[in-house]
Amino acid sequence: MEMRDWNILLVDDEVEFISTLAERLELRGIPNRVVYDGESALKAVAENEPQVMVLDVMMPGLKGLDVLQRIKVEHPAVQVILLTGQGKTRDGIDGMRLGAFAYLMKPLDLEELIRTLAEAMQARSGEQS
Amino acid sequence: MKKTLSTFLGDARTEISSPVCYQVLRRKIVALMAIVSLLPLLSLAGINYYEHQSAMTAEIQAPLRALVGKAKHSFELFLAERTSAVSFIASAYSFDELSDGANLKRIFQVMRREFTGFVDLGLIDSTGRQISYAGPYNELIGRNYSEQEWFHQVQFKGTYVSDVFMGFRKFPHVVIAVRHTSESGKSWVLRATLDTMHFDRIIAAMGLGADGDAFLVSRNGILQTDSRRYGQVLDTLDFPLPPTNFEANVQTIQDSQGDTIFIASALITDTEFALVDVKVKPTVFNTWYTVRADLLFIFVTGVALIFLAVYRVTSLLIVRLQESDAQRLGAIHQMEHSQKLSSIGRLAAGVAHEINNPLAIINEKAGLMRDILNLQPECSFSDKFAKQIEAIQRSVDRCRGITHRMLGFAKRMDVKIEILDLNAILLETLGFLEREAQYRNVTLETELAQDLPRIPTDHGQIQQVFLNILNNALAAVPDGGHIVLRSWSENDQIVGISIADDGCGMSEETCKHMFEPFYTTKKEKGTGLGMSITYGIVKRLGGELQVQSKLNEGTTVTILLPKKLVEG
Repeated sequence: MEMRDWNILLVDDEVEFISTLAERLELRGIPNRVVYDGESALKAVAENEPQVMVLDVMMPGLKGLDVLQRIKVEHPAVQVILLTGQGKTRDGIDGMRLGAFAYLMKPLDLEELIRTLAEAMQARSGEQS
Repeated sequence: MKKTLSTFLGDARTEISSPVCYQVLRRKIVALMAIVSLLPLLSLAGINYYEHQSAMTAEIQAPLRALVGKAKHSFELFLAERTSAVSFIASAYSFDELSDGANLKRIFQVMRREFTGFVDLGLIDSTGRQISYAGPYNELIGRNYSEQEWFHQVQFKGTYVSDVFMGFRKFPHVVIAVRHTSESGKSWVLRATLDTMHFDRIIAAMGLGADGDAFLVSRNGILQTDSRRYGQVLDTLDFPLPPTNFEANVQTIQDSQGDTIFIASALITDTEFALVDVKVKPTVFNTWYTVRADLLFIFVTGVALIFLAVYRVTSLLIVRLQESDAQRLGAIHQMEHSQKLSSIGRLAAGVAHEINNPLAIINEKAGLMRDILNLQPECSFSDKFAKQIEAIQRSVDRCRGITHRMLGFAKRMDVKIEILDLNAILLETLGFLEREAQYRNVTLETELAQDLPRIPTDHGQIQQVFLNILNNALAAVPDGGHIVLRSWSENDQIVGISIADDGCGMSEETCKHMFEPFYTTKKEKGTGLGMSITYGIVKRLGGELQVQSKLNEGTTVTILLPKKLVEG
């Protein structure tokens, strides 16, 4: 699948960070949508199910792991890449147990994120086939 | 008692901080235990000694008293019989009959047959002149006794038994004199003389033994018979006779020869003298002294053994206490250290998280700027902008490294265990520092065991351990110093790695605090986290970290790691 056909949802309460990341992905031809909290993320997934979701763990309101848990129940095909500011913490390990595809640490290496997105896409294709 | 004991032993919590507290405690416990165990023993020994001595004294005094009482009665009987005989003759015969010398001799012979001990018999008229005489001293006829003491006494008392005296015959003798007054009013005295040899016989019959002494002595201290210790008859006793009465009485005194003696005495009825029996105390107490010496030896040996046992047991207790205190203090220090690390870890994790978010924004913004610049390469400032963006991203990378290390300190980095060759990691790490060592002329020597087994460990973390220790060693050595790296197989379960330098070394104070977070001797050059992180990593990998250091001589850091993975 070409990158321009990807359907990515970015979720983070850090507006400056996530919007800049979205812009950089777009510059590389990767279409994406951005929401800034857990509730909006669930709504966005319900409206238009993304192939991959990039989800921050630490958010006010609905926490990243809660969102992940619900997504995996309601939309199990969505691959979730967790973002954490605390390295490979307990949250990351718990997220992997809950079905996250990977977890990455802030600050992000964009190339690593794109590589992980591609792997998640491949994994999703593999699961669907 | 509890309060007294605790006051005596002191407050352990206060004293534990003092370096001499264990010696003080040992002394106090030894003293207390010695007092508690020896006091009853001493009391028992004292009472036993006193009782035994009293019993011994009583045992000696009782027979002595009985013996003197018995002998006193013998003397009294002897004298009473002879006095009665003289008195009977004085009453039975008239003055005229007794004045007849032949008649008196006949009567005297009958007397001697019936009663032993008489030497002679004489009749003395009221003027004191001897009228007739029967006995061996015929020259005494006509002798006048009016000036003699005994004559006055018999005139006064009627019957008189004299002390032993020499008299006209110059021979020790005793006089028994009886005054008789006839119906016509005529008064005369019948006098008999007794040989004192019979006194000696009665004394000999007391069965005194080789070391005993018994004698008669007058109230004014003149010996009436021979004494083994104090002289011949009529000598003066050279120490005062203790108070004596008619009942046999035993007293302990010191005689003129300086000996302590048991002296038993009793006055003889109707006489002016007393019977005395003497026993020297050391002689009669010989058995007791032997027993006492044996008891003293047993007592002293017992006391010494008790002291020895108390001292040994107390020392053992103190050593155990010291070990226990050391373990407790060690555990407390370790717990404090763990708590410090845990607090610092939580702080570091929080700080890292808070910094990572804005850092992520900076990173993305800089990335976007570069992306835009890449889209418009014709911009006249593109080179300059590119350099600035690169600088920003380098700084972000640096900050990311710092926050990752902080999170690593907080134990939030995963450990990736692989089977690795420690020698290779050591040499690889050494490679990072070779340039600086070369520049400062520091010799890096390796003595690595070629057959060192590969062990399961985390490459990155063990490398960080080696790097931290090597960095410290390099900082400690002067230019031209030496650093020696060694590796060896300690035993079946452990491998050892040591890094030794001949640098400035550490004080005891520094050694005590070196694993505490933020403790540094490098001032602004160090974070104070290096050794604390190192310690945490080694512990997490199931190993031990040991440091030996001497100020101005150098430091050796030894890492002991398990050959097999440790659970947990």
